[in-house]
Amino acid sequence: MSSAIIGATASQLLSGMERGDWTAVDVATAFLDQIQAYDERIKAFLHVDRAAALRQAETVDQKRRQRQPLGRLAGLPIALKDVVCTRGQPTTCGSRILENFIPPYDAEVVRRLREADVVLIGKTNMDEFAMGSSTENSAYQTTRNPWDTERAAGGSSGGSAAAVAAAMSPLAIGSDTGGSIRQPAGFCGVVGLKPTYGRVSRYGLVAYASSLDQLGPLANDVAGAAMLLEVIAGHDPSDTTSVDCPVPAYSLSVEQPLAGLRIGLAAEHFAAGLDPEVEAVVQAASDVYQSLGAVLVDVTLPHSKYSVAAYYLIAPSEAASNLARYDGVHYGHRAAQFDGLIDMYAASRGEGFGSEVKRRIMLGNYALSAGYYDAYYLKALKVRRLIRTDFDRAFEKCDLLLSPVTPTPAFKVGELIDDPLAMYLSDIYTISANLAGLPGISIPAGMSDAGLPIGFQLLGPPFAEEKLLRAARMFERQTPWHTERPSLRAGT
Amino acid sequence: MNYTTVVGLEVHVQLLTQTKLFCGCVNKFNPTLPNVQTCPVCLGLPGSLPVMNRHAFELALTTGLALDCTIPSLTKWDRKQYYYPDLPKGYQISQYDLPFSSEGWLEITTDPKAGTTRRIGIIRAHLEEDAGKNLHDETGRGGDSLIDLNRAGTPLLEIVSKPDLRSGAEAHAYLDELKLLLTYLEVSDCNMQEGSLRCDANVNLHVQADDGRTVATPIVEIKNLNSFRGVESAIEFEARRQFEEWKRTGHKLGDMPKETRGWDAERGVTFAQRGKEEASDYRYFPDPDLVPVTISEEWKRQIRGQFHEFPAAKRQRFQTEHALSHYDASVIVAQGRLFADYFERVAQAGGDAKQAANWVTQDVLREMKEHQLEIEQFPMSADVLGLLLQKIGQRQITNNSGRIVFATLLERCSLPGHATADDIERIIAEKSLAITAGGSELAPVIDAVLAGNAKVVADVLGGKQQAIGALIGQVMRQAKGADPQVVREMLVAKIATLSPGSSAPST
Repeated sequence: MSSAIIGATASQLLSGMERGDWTAVDVATAFLDQIQAYDERIKAFLHVDRAAALRQAETVDQKRRQRQPLGRLAGLPIALKDVVCTRGQPTTCGSRILENFIPPYDAEVVRRLREADVVLIGKTNMDEFAMGSSTENSAYQTTRNPWDTERAAGGSSGGSAAAVAAAMSPLAIGSDTGGSIRQPAGFCGVVGLKPTYGRVSRYGLVAYASSLDQLGPLANDVAGAAMLLEVIAGHDPSDTTSVDCPVPAYSLSVEQPLAGLRIGLAAEHFAAGLDPEVEAVVQAASDVYQSLGAVLVDVTLPHSKYSVAAYYLIAPSEAASNLARYDGVHYGHRAAQFDGLIDMYAASRGEGFGSEVKRRIMLGNYALSAGYYDAYYLKALKVRRLIRTDFDRAFEKCDLLLSPVTPTPAFKVGELIDDPLAMYLSDIYTISANLAGLPGISIPAGMSDAGLPIGFQLLGPPFAEEKLLRAARMFERQTPWHTERPSLRAGT
Repeated sequence: MNYTTVVGLEVHVQLLTQTKLFCGCVNKFNPTLPNVQTCPVCLGLPGSLPVMNRHAFELALTTGLALDCTIPSLTKWDRKQYYYPDLPKGYQISQYDLPFSSEGWLEITTDPKAGTTRRIGIIRAHLEEDAGKNLHDETGRGGDSLIDLNRAGTPLLEIVSKPDLRSGAEAHAYLDELKLLLTYLEVSDCNMQEGSLRCDANVNLHVQADDGRTVATPIVEIKNLNSFRGVESAIEFEARRQFEEWKRTGHKLGDMPKETRGWDAERGVTFAQRGKEEASDYRYFPDPDLVPVTISEEWKRQIRGQFHEFPAAKRQRFQTEHALSHYDASVIVAQGRLFADYFERVAQAGGDAKQAANWVTQDVLREMKEHQLEIEQFPMSADVLGLLLQKIGQRQITNNSGRIVFATLLERCSLPGHATADDIERIIAEKSLAITAGGSELAPVIDAVLAGNAKVVADVLGGKQQAIGALIGQVMRQAKGADPQVVREMLVAKIATLSPGSSAPST
């Protein structure tokens, strides 16, 4: 029974529970057992409260038995990246500085999920404050790629992607500031969607870079991502940057193929640095679309070469400000030894933050300093505008853009950790969607010779999530990649 | 050697909103129960997001429009970043380079007796969130410092004047006028004790040097000013101190960084405060959590449509419409909008604005002060007082009798607005204050008094007009309820018949 459960997609689990094949407790137990068996090796989770998860499942079963109305995702286990505030449960953001932080409130996304009667199965590992591409910046552990535990699961939502890939949860929530959902989804061979900026409430998402952050779903198939997005998307008055725009029934429309699809390919996405195996996968994906009647269109994104530079000015500037509150005064880590107020700040922050976070705080404070603001931050904002204009022009000629999601398949743990610039470049295909506020989806599309998953990315204009999901599903229907599962070994 | 004192004021006022600027917590002064008016947003908890309080913004906009400021069509929020324990996010949400208003003015009265006024320029006004409060161990035993975040996130309006003020007294007048305007607009209660109005003063001198050139001295910012009188005294002290300093050192503006001094109200001196450890760079940048605010013409029109008459306009109108002196108009308007409304109703009901002004500025104000009442708590409504004044005006009772009625009414009624027209009639009847005596009844009394006071009559006839007062008093004592004006007229007429050129009196 449990192998059928953990192998299932979210929709199969839902219908199985509706039919009475499994109870929510059966489902939760199967995934919790999977976590227990394999997470010592994968290290996807930071906190798992088995008893609490089973209680939630039991509540769902009880409601079902009593024929009470059930939420849309009733009984589905969901893993949450540890950047989302959960009332009464630790929320560390992968940082020492928030080691003891227990939020007194739920994020809006969590509120919606609870309303949908999900089972919150655990909080997943991440790069500290979502800064990184491998979870190696987590203060607690490095998540291993379920396909090859020598390799990184990607980041910063590496815990969420690995949890789904290792069948420890059918669905997970990640956050994406520069590619942090799509890149680990690509590395781990799962579906990951970064919604349009403003599509999903950020209330309760611990901020890294406020103007770029977006929460989104990870799933073992496109329909699962659609289902989860449908529940978490929508306007929230508590987040003034959330947009009041109707939420389509993604889970219904996802099965409808798109006719007359125009797929754009940007020359800038196929330049130097792209691994040939990845390039071949993307090429094959465009062939699949062509075979389904789509038209391929050449487009150009002339300013995309500046996206990494602009990102590493804007994101650290906002981060330096957002992370100022971790000062050792109000909550979180406080140094044991200090001499006076200034020293208390310096010592607490010096001990509490890891080196990548410190690096970005310094970058950001430098960029915002008097005399440098115009040359760095303001200029980066202008570049950001140009990048968005590139996309607007491209989407006049095509419906969606098809591109690689990462330059290479998963790199090895430790391979890039001492070379921050090389690490930053692993987000080169994903970053510009955040700068432009656009939605993007990463879809499993092939395997490397070394047996690592390779994905591709579809990008769309603002609020084109429905189109992205339908197009992704068209591909998925034609290909076997989403059904591939890694073989896991227990132990460490 | 002569000098001019140059002063600019930075005033912070707390807005009278129900809730804080970016969350739903109550905006109320509450020093007794710390940290109860808080939520994830004003505590700055990770993941929380601000949502602008539209009412707070409207109050700010009201002020900007009332100060005749330029209002841009778009304004934004910026983060001002610095570390301090009372600042939970490590930044304050404020407005930097695009404040919601700039370039306005406020007219102040520079000489209340002469009624001279002057416009003081306003550089800018912007909205920001307040910080919390640090509470240090004052026993000196080195106990923990505590933080109260009840105030954190409450809306604060900063109004920066141009350096147009020329003395401590002018600064005082500016604060009086600003407070009056803000209370008229119901934007703030401007209570300095509760910290809802705070003021820093930037002071320097323009010295006429011996060679005829004007030299500016270094600017000093004075903080810890906790009363308007304190602001005035601190500026006067600082001007004298700076002049001595200049004579001693010759330091000019630009020779040294801006100095911050505190004000010791007890000793009446300013004192150097420890300089900041580093020059502060607030690293301002637009707050990405808040969308910019669009200010439409329609919104401004709506706000203007809800304006009450401003104090300056009211003062002017009281002078032209009610023929009050500038002084009387100022005294009435300075008591607040409700008091000014009260005056106007009294004037209307009584029929004589000058008389109404005398009564409200003297009798009513005195009683209010004595019993610590606000005008809305005053036992006599404007209509009832107006009726009383009407009776005096129509000579139904004398002015003195009116005061007796007024005092008696206040003794009997202490509840707001409880005195009635019937009460007036009752007191007049009880105390037989009605002017009942007419000419025919008075004539014999007058004749008798004149007969018994030949010496006084002779004085009057000899040109000592004021001597007639003694005669009026005697007549009044004998003929209760007589109108002193009538008595005076009859006495004058009668005495005139007694002059040497006239025929002899009949008795």
